[in-house]
Amino acid sequence: MERRDFIKTLGVMGGTVLSGRKLHAEQKAKADDKEFVGILVDTTRCVGCQACSEACAEAHGLPEPDLDEEITMQRKTSTTQWTVIRGDEDKEIYVKTQCMHCNQPACASACPTQAMYKTPEGPVIWREDKCMGCRFCMISCPFDIPKFEYDSPIPKIQKCIMCWDRLQEGEEPACTETCPEEAIIFGKRRNLLEEARSRIYNNPDDYVHYIYGENEAGGTGYIYLSAIPFEELGFRTDIDKKAYPELTTEFLYSVPVILTLWPAFLLALNKATKPDEENEESED
Amino acid sequence: MDGGNGKYHLLKSESKRFFRFFLSELKPKGPLLTPFNIVAAIIISVGMVLIVIRFATGLGSVTNLSQEFPWGIWIGFDVVTGVAFAGGAYVLTFMVYILRLEKYHSVVRITVVNGFLAYVFYAGALLLDLGRPWNVINPIIGNNFGVSSVMFLVAWHFMLYMMAEFVEFSPAVAEWLGWKRIHKVLSSLTLAAVIFGITLSTLHQSGLGALFLMAKNKIHPLWYSEFIPILFFVSSIFAGLSMVIFEGSISHKVFRHRLSREAHEKHDDIVLGLGRICAGTMFVYFFLKVLVFLHGQHWSYLDTPWGYWFLVEIIGFVVVPGGLYTQAVRTRNISLIKIASGITLAGIILNRLNVSVIAFKWYAPHHYIPHWMEIWITLTVVFAELIVLRWIVNRMPILSDPPAWAQKKKELKRTIKYIPLEEEKEEWTVSTM
Repeated sequence: MERRDFIKTLGVMGGTVLSGRKLHAEQKAKADDKEFVGILVDTTRCVGCQACSEACAEAHGLPEPDLDEEITMQRKTSTTQWTVIRGDEDKEIYVKTQCMHCNQPACASACPTQAMYKTPEGPVIWREDKCMGCRFCMISCPFDIPKFEYDSPIPKIQKCIMCWDRLQEGEEPACTETCPEEAIIFGKRRNLLEEARSRIYNNPDDYVHYIYGENEAGGTGYIYLSAIPFEELGFRTDIDKKAYPELTTEFLYSVPVILTLWPAFLLALNKATKPDEENEESED
Repeated sequence: MDGGNGKYHLLKSESKRFFRFFLSELKPKGPLLTPFNIVAAIIISVGMVLIVIRFATGLGSVTNLSQEFPWGIWIGFDVVTGVAFAGGAYVLTFMVYILRLEKYHSVVRITVVNGFLAYVFYAGALLLDLGRPWNVINPIIGNNFGVSSVMFLVAWHFMLYMMAEFVEFSPAVAEWLGWKRIHKVLSSLTLAAVIFGITLSTLHQSGLGALFLMAKNKIHPLWYSEFIPILFFVSSIFAGLSMVIFEGSISHKVFRHRLSREAHEKHDDIVLGLGRICAGTMFVYFFLKVLVFLHGQHWSYLDTPWGYWFLVEIIGFVVVPGGLYTQAVRTRNISLIKIASGITLAGIILNRLNVSVIAFKWYAPHHYIPHWMEIWITLTVVFAELIVLRWIVNRMPILSDPPAWAQKKKELKRTIKYIPLEEEKEEWTVSTM
């Protein structure tokens, strides 16, 4: 572990700015040899009781949520609420929203300090001692999840961490543990996908035949089932199916190429444009 | 022992002399109560108060930034636009030190100083925007290398490029201080710094564009494309050179007394040459923009308000100034070139703000509009930079010729020797007596 870190640091220091290649490779390797955990949200079962929001606030020391606040489709997470229920109270449709915990998160690859970090277990966490507050994670996140404390002189980024601290102790996330309707279930992502598929297969009339999050942004830790089209549930359906960090890999790949070729080319050009007299002089 | 003591005394008196010289140089030259100084004093002193408020109570107290719009004009204008404007330094050093186009030598120093200060102040303004600036050292030292981050790359390149630019203009500092031996060492580093600097510039000018690659579904399709990095790089060439022309026309009035004869004589020629390069690169840029547009198949967006806005940028601020440059170069019309440079710079501001702020979250019901305090603090940064620039130009041989000892012998042969007028000769003899 330490040796690997050391070699990694050396490599980085050598080229100053190599490229994303290494990290991406590493993330993919991790995805292969250690399974990510995830959460399946079956929106047809959610009754909008917001017990998950309450449990979340309690587990993370956030202020108690105001349960009387009207539930709308426009509702978003905030610096004080890592998970909220959005939906339509008249139509009785509810969706739990929070960080999607992408398999290859845009925020983590955007972060210059690795403060946003994809843990090998799957949750994407934020590390206070590393973050410099550049908010590039907010620019990059396709789901607009990281929230920044604009009114604090010591601001933090606030977002769902899938109760990573609880997972370390062998517990499951506070929200899935609390949900009275079993609308949200925690497990290995692969198993959850199978469960989602079998629910669609066994009840083809109850669900749209799509699992949101299976391929969105290259696959997310949270996956959703729905009875109505996902855009009507307030989901963005124009999200790339490709992992977002791949949008910058081409650029990052070109960096070492330019960093090594340019100086040689420029030096050659400089020598080639040397006037003859100067060349002769230097030879004398 | 005696010799050591003597050396010690010499060192002591030398450092005393240097210290006194430095203190005397710190004092302002020229009248204090000029309109510029008064405006600058007001802007900077109020700006300082605003900056204290910002650090005491958080970003929300002085900015209109929100969860929807995490980046405002401090990034979109100060950093992204400011760095494009500073692109002249790498283009000119390429022309003069790599291609050896000696004609442009007289404007290299002022451009490099300008570029250096732009990076120090505008990239420095990034610290104001950082929520947790005390952690800015994390990506530099320690084990927190976010190697897959474009931001990490840009931050490192800013830092290294500042050093390279400082080395490039450090001979001027040595000339100012009269350090002959150090001057020799520093001058020998110039070519290495230039090569390193051009390489870094290529990468971070495009890197600034690459910052927005992951905002794929947030930037209006007319501005988002995977070619943003290339477009940013190409436009930084004419942005930087237009800044050289624009800034040159101002500094020629303000610093008239500091200008070398050579700079005066050659200036029109230089401006025409730069104008020609601008015209060329602008048409290349326009061609690229058209290709990207066709490639993206965004015809349907053209007949919308955003499409009109896009056309304003492309036609009004790329094709028009590009055409003006061409016309001006053909007719050797210097004032037309200056007008073209002004429009080009406005176009660069427009383009950078379009990508980073205006067309970002174009679908949002409540769009970000900068708070007056954000604009004020931006002005504070600009004025602080101008004051430091003036301080440097008035003291160091930036626009004026370097002292005779610092010039290469060969160059001395070429330049016309300065022959003092009769009266000046008399003064000279009097003063030596």
